[in-house]
Amino acid sequence: MSTTLEIKDLYVEVDSKEILKGLSLKIEHGEMAAIMGPNGSGKSTLASVLAGKEGYNIVNGTIKYLGNDLLKMSTEERASSGVFLAFQYPVEIPGVATSTFVRTALNAQRRNRGEDELDAMEFLKLARQKAKELEMSEDFFQRAVNVGFSGGEKKRAEVFQMSMLSPTLAILDETDSGLDIDALKIVAEGVNKLRDNKLSGIVITHYQRLLDYLKPDTIHILADGKIIKTGDKSLALLLEEKGYQGITGAN
Amino acid sequence: MAANTETISAVEKATKDYKYGFVTDIETEFAPKGLSEDIVKFISKKNDEPLWLLEWRLDAYRKWLKMNTEEPKWANIHFPKIDFQDAYYYAAPKSDADKPKSLDEIDPEILSTYNKLGIPIKEQEMLAGIVGSGNVAVDAVFDSVSVATTFKSKLSELGIIFCPISEAVKKHPDLVKKYLGSVVPQTDNFYAALNSAVYSDGSFVYIPEGVRCPMDLSTYFRINAAETGQFERTLIIADKGSYVSYLEGCTAPMRDENQLHAAVVELVALDDAEIKYSTVQNWYPGDENGKGGIYNFVTKRGACRGVNSKISWTQVETGSSITWKYPSVLLQGDNSIGEFYSVAISNKKQQADTGTKMIHIGKNTKSTIISKGISAGHGQQTYRGLVRMQAGADNATNFSQCDSLLIGKNCGGHTVPYIDSRNPTAEVAHEATTSKISDEQLFYVQQRGLNPEEAVALIVNGFAKEVLKKLPMEFAVEAQKLLGVSLEGSVG
Repeated sequence: MSTTLEIKDLYVEVDSKEILKGLSLKIEHGEMAAIMGPNGSGKSTLASVLAGKEGYNIVNGTIKYLGNDLLKMSTEERASSGVFLAFQYPVEIPGVATSTFVRTALNAQRRNRGEDELDAMEFLKLARQKAKELEMSEDFFQRAVNVGFSGGEKKRAEVFQMSMLSPTLAILDETDSGLDIDALKIVAEGVNKLRDNKLSGIVITHYQRLLDYLKPDTIHILADGKIIKTGDKSLALLLEEKGYQGITGAN
Repeated sequence: MAANTETISAVEKATKDYKYGFVTDIETEFAPKGLSEDIVKFISKKNDEPLWLLEWRLDAYRKWLKMNTEEPKWANIHFPKIDFQDAYYYAAPKSDADKPKSLDEIDPEILSTYNKLGIPIKEQEMLAGIVGSGNVAVDAVFDSVSVATTFKSKLSELGIIFCPISEAVKKHPDLVKKYLGSVVPQTDNFYAALNSAVYSDGSFVYIPEGVRCPMDLSTYFRINAAETGQFERTLIIADKGSYVSYLEGCTAPMRDENQLHAAVVELVALDDAEIKYSTVQNWYPGDENGKGGIYNFVTKRGACRGVNSKISWTQVETGSSITWKYPSVLLQGDNSIGEFYSVAISNKKQQADTGTKMIHIGKNTKSTIISKGISAGHGQQTYRGLVRMQAGADNATNFSQCDSLLIGKNCGGHTVPYIDSRNPTAEVAHEATTSKISDEQLFYVQQRGLNPEEAVALIVNGFAKEVLKKLPMEFAVEAQKLLGVSLEGSVG
């Protein structure tokens, strides 16, 4: 089996308003797919639905993840089976050290998968190694999760968490928003280091520039609740040149 | 009625929300129901007390009778009127008559209770008196009367006295007579008067001049007999230049009737002495409708009587149906320091009105108040604190921070700070915040693999961290777990 994720004909409502309108999408193992689209097209809704956030009414459609019915899984089951969402706006958790948070999460996932938990020393060793790979200082281990982090620090911390939890499907929700070009490079390089033939990714973005560094395999244009065009890198360049209206043909 | 394994498992099944909701079957020796001079005399006789103490109790009883219309009504708590004549005021395990020297001699029911409470093996070994097994001394108070006191010899080498107060009355009458009621007078309040009249037993600690107590002193309280009010009396004296850390932790079995608890704790710190008093309280909070929980009306007060003395209260309050509790410090000595660190949870129908009083009397006195209130379910929580700067408290300072965290829509958090400054050089600073656990926070944490209850526990522990880190290590670990357990069912 080589398909990580298969979404078929997905209709989703939020507060009785239809947001996704027949979205279909297939992601293979090791594939990095970019989803681009104008504001309000449903990009973040898709990310939230995949991660299992409450408040989304699934009207129709199916989502298969590694052959299982994703919509039947709880948020934490999805996480434990390898779905990771890098948040557009990472949330602050005052008083909880980042290392405590990641260790609690990692061990919860391991427990849910029936694996042994990591002890403090094993965890620290792994965390140090990952921080080094991502060229991050260990200072942030003891800082409360996202509290007082700059925009760039928050996004890097998300990538660190992702690397610690080693997901199967990583969803990056506008990870580039609010980053200057240097921070963007660093984050993209961080993600690239995690790429291997097991990691599939969905990169949600407005802009071409992140894709310069991430180099996705496929690019999908999401507009008005469904995928209207799929292509390779040239599609992103076309988009940059003509804008969404030029691509969608809308006036 | 025998609480055999079947009964216990049935009770545990029925009460799985409260994992310590079981009943130990020990033949209990009751005084008859109700309160009268005869009952006061009965309790005094049971403890084999000297005449002066009997008279002190009777005096308190008569004062209490006159206060009978003065039950405090100002707190933000609501409960049916208590019929003080419809409760027992004395219950003791029968095995008390023949105090055990080792664990083997202790009633297996009691040992099994300790096991269910999760008292670490290490401390059980210490209960057994195994030499070199650790450095926490446990004066185990089981249903009012101490059944095991350990490490006495190790402590007595340093001149430290740590024993049931009933024993201290006999062996160290001068100390008890000098300090009993000196911080919390008989007539301090309605419940303190009641306690003074009928207190059953409690702990007594004396640290001699210049001695640093080498271990945390620890007492486990447990209310065990149905409808038995618990009236503990604790007295801790730290003589000049001494230091002691005292731990108090409690759980209680499940009962249908409301159980009244009115303890009094008095601390005295002389010149350059320091007392650190930590509490983890997990009494039965009542069912979903608030029925059956403990009523906890406690008077805890410390006197920084000497110069440069320090008293620090740290409490984690997760249990009880009603909590009425204000651990306070009288800052009498110049340069003395008072601290209050509190985490309180009100879940289901729990009501807590808790806080502190810092009374600055001496010069350059300093107090710190950090209060973290967590409300969930239909819980109601009030922080009530008084900071008073007396006319002589030159250059005294106080810092107070009161944070409330709300979980769900049906709970309440209230902050009522009273500030009374009569000295122009004194400084008082008060900060307060109220926040909610947001859906975004819960989703973020669950997306990382935690279930909703684990997510709440993590967020709440972060919120309470400033206080939890003040607890001794082993207590902190226990308290962290307790916060999670106490909030089970508060989301989802």
